[in-house]
Amino acid sequence: MFKIIRKEALNPTVTRMVVQAPLIARKALPGQFVILRAGADSERIPLTIADYDREAGTVTVIFQVVGAGTMELNDLAEGESLHDFVGPLGTPSKLDGLKKVAVVGGGVGCAIAYPVAKQLHAQGTEVHSIVGFRSKDLVILEPEFRAVSDKLILMTDDGSYGEKGVVTAPLEQLIQAGENYDEVIAIGPLPMMKFVSLTTKKYGVKTTVSMNTVMIDGTGMCGGCRLTVGGQIKFACVDGPDFDGHLVDFDEAIKRGGTYRDFEAHAREDYCHLMNKEVE
Amino acid sequence: MPFQRNMDPRKCPMPSQDPAVRAHNFSEVALGYTYDMAVSEARRCLGCKNKPCVTGCPVQIDIPAFIERVANEDMEGAYQVLHASSALPAVCGRVCPQENQCEGKCVRGIKGESVGIGRLERFVADWHREHSTETPEKPVSNGHKVAVIGAGPSGLTAAGDLARLGYQVTVFEALHLAGGVLVYGIPEFRLPKAIVQQEIDGLKAIGVDIQTNMVIGKVLTVDELMGDFGFEAVYIGTGAGLPRFMGIPGEGLRGVYSANEYLTRVNLMKAYRPGSHTPLLHSRKVAVVGGGNVAMDAARCALRMGAETVYIVYRRGMSELPARAEEVEHAQEEGIVFKTLTNPVEILGDEQGAVRGIRCVEMELGEPDESGRRRPVAKEGSEFDLELDTVIMAIGTSPNPLIRSTTPGLETNRRGCIVTNGEDGLTSRAGVYAGGDAVTGAATVILAMGAGKQAARAIDEYLRNK
Repeated sequence: MFKIIRKEALNPTVTRMVVQAPLIARKALPGQFVILRAGADSERIPLTIADYDREAGTVTVIFQVVGAGTMELNDLAEGESLHDFVGPLGTPSKLDGLKKVAVVGGGVGCAIAYPVAKQLHAQGTEVHSIVGFRSKDLVILEPEFRAVSDKLILMTDDGSYGEKGVVTAPLEQLIQAGENYDEVIAIGPLPMMKFVSLTTKKYGVKTTVSMNTVMIDGTGMCGGCRLTVGGQIKFACVDGPDFDGHLVDFDEAIKRGGTYRDFEAHAREDYCHLMNKEVE
Repeated sequence: MPFQRNMDPRKCPMPSQDPAVRAHNFSEVALGYTYDMAVSEARRCLGCKNKPCVTGCPVQIDIPAFIERVANEDMEGAYQVLHASSALPAVCGRVCPQENQCEGKCVRGIKGESVGIGRLERFVADWHREHSTETPEKPVSNGHKVAVIGAGPSGLTAAGDLARLGYQVTVFEALHLAGGVLVYGIPEFRLPKAIVQQEIDGLKAIGVDIQTNMVIGKVLTVDELMGDFGFEAVYIGTGAGLPRFMGIPGEGLRGVYSANEYLTRVNLMKAYRPGSHTPLLHSRKVAVVGGGNVAMDAARCALRMGAETVYIVYRRGMSELPARAEEVEHAQEEGIVFKTLTNPVEILGDEQGAVRGIRCVEMELGEPDESGRRRPVAKEGSEFDLELDTVIMAIGTSPNPLIRSTTPGLETNRRGCIVTNGEDGLTSRAGVYAGGDAVTGAATVILAMGAGKQAARAIDEYLRNK
């Protein structure tokens, strides 16, 4: 069992959980992920590692409450335990030797972009962070990003905070203004990563994206996480989750990502009904 | 006790659920022999002196000896014979391809049907489970630690044998549940999970420690196990790896599954239970590509999950199907449609990126290939489409990279399978042994168990002489 040491709401739908998992904390690196299950009959949920503390033996995950599985997870309180917690899975991000990087985060994807920015900052890389959210009340990790960024641009879709617009606009301006990035690292919703990749491709700036696909075992068995990269089938769990954004077939990934939309809607409704009944 | 030999040329049929009923439930298809059926079937065995059946068994069970005990109604005695050679008789009696192994060599099979060895094995194992009251004794520890990676048939067999020899065995399993392919792959209707769980509980009772959620190669490496963690030998039984795809257009469409994913969702993640929260498409028309046991399992699961039409699409003919004969028969009885000598060339999608069909070509068998089987060749101009909403690819796997890429000096072959010295499973690293699908590529439960057994013996010898 894996005890929840701390739990806090970062915004109305995003939760941060610090979990006791000493063996995983020993090995975790930015870009890797864990798979967890809330209870004995729960779904396996893959979540990218948001932070880790090797001395305290803890691993931090940040998740958005979207379906029945994450609702059930969010119902666990501090001091309770997760039934299963396995990792660190996937290949760590390759950050060695980078001099100047633009880290682009979108929504809850910022939770994954943050440890990358933090690691880059710690190794002396110049970090320009561009983070985007739908509106002011959904902004997460602003102070954290500020602490590890040489430049921070915060965007909201509706202009209720920071600048109004999407993340690709300031990114393109910075590139045009002559910022010579060794690499752009984009982590967020698939359409955002697609458009960041399209933008940087024009300027030939190397771009890495983190593909959060459908997944079951996370160890290279089920093949559910496959995607097409440069015309080849790749598996996010063992070949990724980081891939060259200029080679990923985003349109296919977006369509595959919607496989269980109807199912999820029903499951979420069921779960809500169940909770309501318990309240009654 | 003398008995009258049963000279019936036919094997006693296996009582089974009615095909029309079982096609809609996940309860076990084959119901098992009754006591009287088992005794009568056992009396068909001629007790041949040269025991051809034993040569067909990967773990060399003394088959005539156990059958003789059944014929004499000594069921516990029969179980002890099985148990001396096989760690999981209740499993093997259900999933072994007996027609290619023991039963394929049976003398009674020459002029009639072979003795139902698999069915008798199952009966004896089930009888023992239901009637035995003895609690297994925990062996005295010899103080030596062995790590087993993977809690599938191979790893569990090695763990059991080593524990009985007194070793302190820890099994590291990547998933949240032990059992490997026995729990994520083979469906409930063919192998009830309660039986697997009982075998695993039996191993725990003799002191085997099973650590789930441990992905070796990630959370710990083989070198760490043998260093800081003090394991003196390691057995790698990590099983088959990443699913293969055909490389045809449309494999990225919504509604294309690997058999591993489909079966894992249904079996391990329990999508078959009413009210399950495991996402699974409600498929109506399904094609499963492939002709092995995994393909049969996927097709029969799809049917039970509510599909109206399920095709098996296989490029060779009916007689070349690699699946167990019984699975093919069961699938046919349940209404699975076999499109043999048929090969997909493209999966067709709609505007939303979902599967709408599959384009196939008809095949004919040409000259034999390296495997000795006649190579299927496409017939020109024979293209046709099947209307579908789901395609399940069951065309095999390629080895998992996690151990190979994190264990320096561990030799693998061109295909990525771990190289061993043959019989005893020793790898290129001292003290590191491997067996099962991780070495052979996708094969059978019983071969994996056989490899686990041989490696356990070799590890024991290695540690004694160290």
